[in-house]
Amino acid sequence: MTARDLIAYATGSVLGYRVRTLLTLLAMGIGVASVVALTALGEGARRYVTGEFKSLGTHLLIVLPGRSETKGGAPPLMGETPRDLTLDDALAIDRSRAVRRIAPIAVGSAGVSYREREREVTVLGTTASFIEVRHLKMASGRFLPEGDPRRASPVCVLGAKLKRELFDAGPAIGRWVRIGDRRFRVLGILASEGRSIGVDIEDIVIIPVAAAQSLFDTYSLFRVLVEARSEEAIPRARQAIRDTIRQRHEGEDDVTVITQDAVVATFNRIFTALTLTVAGIASISLVVAGILIMNVMLVAVSQRTSEVGLLKALGATSGAIMRVFLAEATILSLVGAAAGVVVGYAGIRIVDRFYPVLSLSAPAWAIASAVLVALTTGLLFGVLPARRAARLDPVAALAGR
Amino acid sequence: MIQLRRARRYFIVGEQTVRALDDIDLDVAAGEYVAITGPSGSGKSTLLNAIGLLDRLTGGSYLLEGTDVTNFSDDELARTRREKIGFVFQFFHLVPRLTAAQNVELPLTLAGVEPAERRQRVEKALAGLGLSDRARHLPNQLSGGQRQRVAIARATVTRPQVILADEPTGNLDRASGRDVVEILEELNSSGITLLMVTHDPELAARAAREIRMVDGMIASDGRPGSRP
Ligand SMILES: Nc1ncnc2c1ncn2[C@@H]1O[C@H](COP(=O)(O)OP(=O)(O)O)[C@@H](O)[C@H]1O
Ligand SMILES: [Mg+2]
Repeated sequence: MTARDLIAYATGSVLGYRVRTLLTLLAMGIGVASVVALTALGEGARRYVTGEFKSLGTHLLIVLPGRSETKGGAPPLMGETPRDLTLDDALAIDRSRAVRRIAPIAVGSAGVSYREREREVTVLGTTASFIEVRHLKMASGRFLPEGDPRRASPVCVLGAKLKRELFDAGPAIGRWVRIGDRRFRVLGILASEGRSIGVDIEDIVIIPVAAAQSLFDTYSLFRVLVEARSEEAIPRARQAIRDTIRQRHEGEDDVTVITQDAVVATFNRIFTALTLTVAGIASISLVVAGILIMNVMLVAVSQRTSEVGLLKALGATSGAIMRVFLAEATILSLVGAAAGVVVGYAGIRIVDRFYPVLSLSAPAWAIASAVLVALTTGLLFGVLPARRAARLDPVAALAGR
Repeated sequence: MIQLRRARRYFIVGEQTVRALDDIDLDVAAGEYVAITGPSGSGKSTLLNAIGLLDRLTGGSYLLEGTDVTNFSDDELARTRREKIGFVFQFFHLVPRLTAAQNVELPLTLAGVEPAERRQRVEKALAGLGLSDRARHLPNQLSGGQRQRVAIARATVTRPQVILADEPTGNLDRASGRDVVEILEELNSSGITLLMVTHDPELAARAAREIRMVDGMIASDGRPGSRP
């Protein structure tokens, strides 16, 4: 029997038993579709999160007070009390040639009021370069002025939401708001940012870092954002930060420097693992589909014993019979897998329509492996029924009518 | 052509041994027309299946066209069936989802014959049995007689040397039964060896030779109707 005849014969019987074919296609299809859809979700989430981090700024290093031994991990919560990271430290770092600009950050929380309205928000103290380091845009007015960072000028920039809540649609620029027990003049309003990580840039007020330090009565910075001159300069910048801090902190570089790459890489790893796990779980449904195919094929063999007997009487070898049934199982799983890929893609398209921000797409490796697993299970679970068919005694098979 | 020596086929059923063929000696020459008769359970089908290589002997030897096939492997048996033997069954055994033409084509497909030649031979076989206008019909759209004719076309399309028919008229009315036998006899007169199991003494009487089986043994062998 040639391969073409084999396929034609197997296709004929696949088409001849509609219900059984539809059932197996359904099972295989659901299995493959879920693998495709779930990996697409995992991949989408991964890209979303790493994209978020990238949007924080390029060539960015983050300096935190205190040393953390885990590379690229979270800031230390416990351990020795580190020396404060001060504004002078930050300005010293700025002098390195590997560093383009820095933005020191001091944070706290305070009530912000205008006339009788008051809101409790995050107060972020920083310098003029923050807007460049974080790639923010202004909706109106201007950002903090350049100048000596040590000067605590009474000016502020409002987040879009805070502005709405204090002023409604009315003009805000040039007005005086009260933050804590001091008065600040509004310089500008931040544009609402589509996405943000960490601090909510909408519900925030930004003041000069020196003003924040005096408002919260502290010399310590929350962190320092450092932008390296280029991608290649990142290691040099890191070294410069360490050297500077060691010099200023009596020989101890008691800070943690997180590069964005490290953070992104960590998230990448986490999400890839997550995607693989989810895909693995979805593959279980493929195995279930394989078992269904086995069942269906076993029923097919017992329904068609007389056909098997006839084929043997007409001179088919056991090998030929085996190939016929394996071809059927393969066709079932192949078509099921194809249907699953189509359904999975359709699902992705639909989700993409409603949540374009995730920009879903199934990775090629997921589709390839789903189809491969479908084929393998189909074949694997097809072997047992095919062998049963091949071993049938032709006399008994024919007598069974 | 066919030479059985002390051929036996035992079935073990529980504690008992059923001697379906009990040391049978049988010689059939090429081109013979043999009717096999006997009561139910006497071993007629078992004999035919053994000759058709669907079943293996428990003991004894079997020479087919001078070749000892007793110890052939399964694949050799399959090939020999494919090349030399045609079966006609009581219950037709057509594949229900295949058309008449596709059913006839099946043994050629299994033998790996080229599609073009297949089509030609199927057409000829169907025409020879007056089934050309039924080629595209499914088995359930055919009468019993027509189905058996399709089965005969299928048995002959490979040009076998032997046709083995196990009660080919057992499921047919008298008229179509007679039709079918006449077709088989025509094939025999063209040189094909014909062995036919039948219950019907009238049909057996048409053969040149009748083998009567009783309890797995040959009770009589000779001209039809003759009793020892
Ligand atoms: N597969 C089998 N297992 C057990 N006994 C069998 C089997 N096939 C046939 N027999 C027995 O062998 C004997 C001959 O059967 P068979 O050749 O079918 O008879 P016939 O065709 O003459 O009616 C019967 O007694 C039958 O019960
Ligand atoms: Mg019988």
